[in-house]
Amino acid sequence: MRTSIREIRTRGSKRKCGVSIAWATRALLLVTGESMLRWKKVKFGVVVFPGSNCDHDAQYSVSANLGEQAAMLWHRDTSIPADVDAVILPGGFSYGDYLRCGAIAKFSPIISAVKGFAARGGLVVGICNGFQILTECGLLPGALVRNQGLKFLCKPVQLRVETTNTPFTNACHKGQIVTFPIAHGEGCYTASAEVLAGLEAEDRVVFRYVANPNGSNNAIAGICNRERNVLGMMPHPERATDPLMGSTDGLTLFRSMVAAFASK
Amino acid sequence: MSTITPEILTAHNVTADEYSKILSILGREPNLTELGIFSVMWSEHCSYKSSRVHLKKLPTRSKYVLLGPGENAGIIDIGDGIGIAFKIESHNHPSFIEPFQGAATGVGGILRDIFTMGARPIAVMDSLRFGPLDDPETGARNRRILEGVVSGIAHYGNCFGVPTVGGECVFDKSYSGNPLVNVFALGVIDKNKIFKGQAHGVGNPVIYVGAKTGRDGIHGATMASDEFTEESKQKRPNVQMGDPFLEKLLLEACLEAMETGAVVGIQDMGAAGLTCSTCEMGSRAGTGIEIDLARVPQRETGMTPYEIMLSESQERMLLVADKGREKEIFDVFEKWGLDAAEIGTVTGDGVLRVRNHGEIVAEIPNRELADEAPLYNRPFTKPARKAPMEAPAYQAGDAKEELIRLLSSGDLCSKRWIYEQYDHTVRTNTTLGPGSDAAIVRIKGTETAVAMSLDGNGRYCALDPREGAKLVVAECCRNLSTVGAEPVAATNNLNFGNPQKPEIMAQLVEAIEGMADACVFFETPITGGNVSLYNETLGEGIYPSPVMGIVGLLKNTRPVPMRFQSADRDVLVVGGLRESSLERFGGTQYANVIAGQLWGLPPELDMDYEKRVQRAIREIVSAGLVESSHDAGEGGLAVALAEASFDGVGARIQLPAAERPEVQLFHEAPSRIVVSTAQAAAVTAIAAKYNVEVAAIGKTQVGRLLIDTKIDATIEELREPWSASLERMLHA
Repeated sequence: MRTSIREIRTRGSKRKCGVSIAWATRALLLVTGESMLRWKKVKFGVVVFPGSNCDHDAQYSVSANLGEQAAMLWHRDTSIPADVDAVILPGGFSYGDYLRCGAIAKFSPIISAVKGFAARGGLVVGICNGFQILTECGLLPGALVRNQGLKFLCKPVQLRVETTNTPFTNACHKGQIVTFPIAHGEGCYTASAEVLAGLEAEDRVVFRYVANPNGSNNAIAGICNRERNVLGMMPHPERATDPLMGSTDGLTLFRSMVAAFASK
Repeated sequence: MSTITPEILTAHNVTADEYSKILSILGREPNLTELGIFSVMWSEHCSYKSSRVHLKKLPTRSKYVLLGPGENAGIIDIGDGIGIAFKIESHNHPSFIEPFQGAATGVGGILRDIFTMGARPIAVMDSLRFGPLDDPETGARNRRILEGVVSGIAHYGNCFGVPTVGGECVFDKSYSGNPLVNVFALGVIDKNKIFKGQAHGVGNPVIYVGAKTGRDGIHGATMASDEFTEESKQKRPNVQMGDPFLEKLLLEACLEAMETGAVVGIQDMGAAGLTCSTCEMGSRAGTGIEIDLARVPQRETGMTPYEIMLSESQERMLLVADKGREKEIFDVFEKWGLDAAEIGTVTGDGVLRVRNHGEIVAEIPNRELADEAPLYNRPFTKPARKAPMEAPAYQAGDAKEELIRLLSSGDLCSKRWIYEQYDHTVRTNTTLGPGSDAAIVRIKGTETAVAMSLDGNGRYCALDPREGAKLVVAECCRNLSTVGAEPVAATNNLNFGNPQKPEIMAQLVEAIEGMADACVFFETPITGGNVSLYNETLGEGIYPSPVMGIVGLLKNTRPVPMRFQSADRDVLVVGGLRESSLERFGGTQYANVIAGQLWGLPPELDMDYEKRVQRAIREIVSAGLVESSHDAGEGGLAVALAEASFDGVGARIQLPAAERPEVQLFHEAPSRIVVSTAQAAAVTAIAAKYNVEVAAIGKTQVGRLLIDTKIDATIEELREPWSASLERMLHA
């Protein structure tokens, strides 16, 4: 049974038989209910680069707060373990962010593995420094440059969910306002007019700042790739997964991912 | 042939008496390297030679204290097998010479002190004191220093991944030529896995880990033990350069290495670098250490033994490993891409023996070097004091206008511009962040949260160092009690001028004694700290500025806010209104900002009453009886009421008739907490149990703050100047 669910997941990413199997799973869930969904937990792989400093937070939020599983992936690893369902590139200062944020991380062995994982349809979330790495390594377009105010900024910000047509926001409703903290010095999203137009036209702007804190083009806080399985965002959903911290809006994002697996 | 001339001694800040002590310890003349080693170890910064006699007066024990002063940081027991390591340290002198790097390495240094013990740092706070930003003469420089210091702290803490959860930032002319940058750090530790800086086990390898040694920071400790002169700026190369990324790797590698069980002892290389770590580790264990400098990883070529021993290059650690298990340690450091080199061994002869390519370049008995620094019982008279006792003739003006001026003054205005540059939510523990009475971080995996408050008050201490220090301890404990936490232990940073001046020494002595009294009374023993003397520029000393960092414990729940939450709640002052004489009004923000000068004495503190008020408020807050709770401290009652209104819910307040309304509105009487509640009777009942007064002064209401007929303002009229003032001053 364990393997069969795995197979469904793997095959679910192939379009051909994905639809019917997804329906079969849904039907199964309707019969067996929520407990069936919990039978196998989703495993998040959290990449640890030298200098990552939100890796523990990501791990804690998806395990303690979300109730799923987390595994740490070392930057020198050359593959993503087979039982990892989704990858998180956490915040921090990978390799000291020397040269340029994320510029060195893109050459790390794990990033080649993450690219392969993404190409196979695996879900990848890059948060803060993770977003910077995703743009550096070409999984997402554009770049993150110094905040307009030239200062590091740490505060809660409101975001508007611009699309629910992603595995990261399927549990939200369009236009929903969520509050996540930001904590970055280089979070100003910048891209050519062409890229921006493309992102907008293809419904790939996932989160937009209600009040733009850093001068990002089109007030963009998070975008996804064309295949919609790779998300990069500057704000920190993992810091908003515990009522004690003031917001649990971040859980919606991770729950969406769990739901995406359930519906596959 | 004598190589040590009087000029060389002067350059090393070594007195003739100290030199003769060196001669008698060695039984011969030191070479230059040895003199250098003595000079840093016996500097004020490393040896506390002027303050040690008096520091002994401070209480250091309680049922919570696992480890008191003497190690890299103190540790308290918070239950569940968990300890909290915390300490404060100053980086005043380097921050004046090079604000960015000075402050950054200040953060780096204290973080290493914490993780050297085996604790993972989870919170940082900063106490900052600068000259006024709008001063016509020094304003531009003060602004530059502030901006540099703040970005230095942000640069280091943010990259390292430790939240900066609170602190204080105040201004006074006395800090124009000598800013104060005190950094407090706190970490969690398994109480059964505490590591110490001790070089046990003769034959065990001594391993150097972390950054390579360069020429930076040579004689930093000596510089920090001297007054500033015009030449100080030329000491810029004495300021170290920080690399937070390297420190982050060092943290992870050290904690992982400790997990192997192969680490016998470990100490960071902070002030006085390799010198201090080797001789202190040997001295504490009663052993000797022999190292060969040729094996020390070096960043530059041609460094002399003198330079290598005295370098204060950052992000380095010295550890002693179990012989035969070195490889386990090397593997961990290799994994994290860090240098680790065996540079020597622990010996049984109690001597620090330094070789360079085999040739002995220094040979000094460890214990004498580390623990027998000269001890000075410096003469002291009456504390220096400039302010008159008599209140000057001042004219109290329009209360609303005065309140706005106070709210937009440097000390009281919002510090948002500063703390937004600090990551204060990383590690997802911060349940109450900057801008609050106290900061709170929860301890994951337990039901406990740790509250912390960092406070000083140079004005009070300038008027009366003894009473001022007591007030600072009381205020710090009150901040914790206001959020429901019980204060349990403290760390202190004693920032004073030149101790060789008897009237400055008197300030130090009185402040320590006052602090000792209060710490005994409030049951907050000092588990460690730092002394920073010679904070003078061109003979002008700073205000005596002892800074306290106090840690408290509470149950891990959603913290009580400091601001009013809803309308039609009773506004109560737990502790009562506490009237004051004009003489006691002279150290307040009102005196400072509105009257423009200090006089008289600091506010009167009744420690017994204060303690009862704190007990009462803790019980009230823990019982969930109040919607908001805010200490009415600096700026007085009117300022506290305004601050409590900044979320949009204000209040309509009626106070009893007063002879001097400005004293009633702005006096900084201690032992008062403003709360809003729907359960006034229950609050009053608890207060009565402790024989504590409660003054019912009005009701909350949306949008306006009214105090009698004296103040009638919309919240926005008060909030805007408070909120925007710092940025305006910075970009004037």
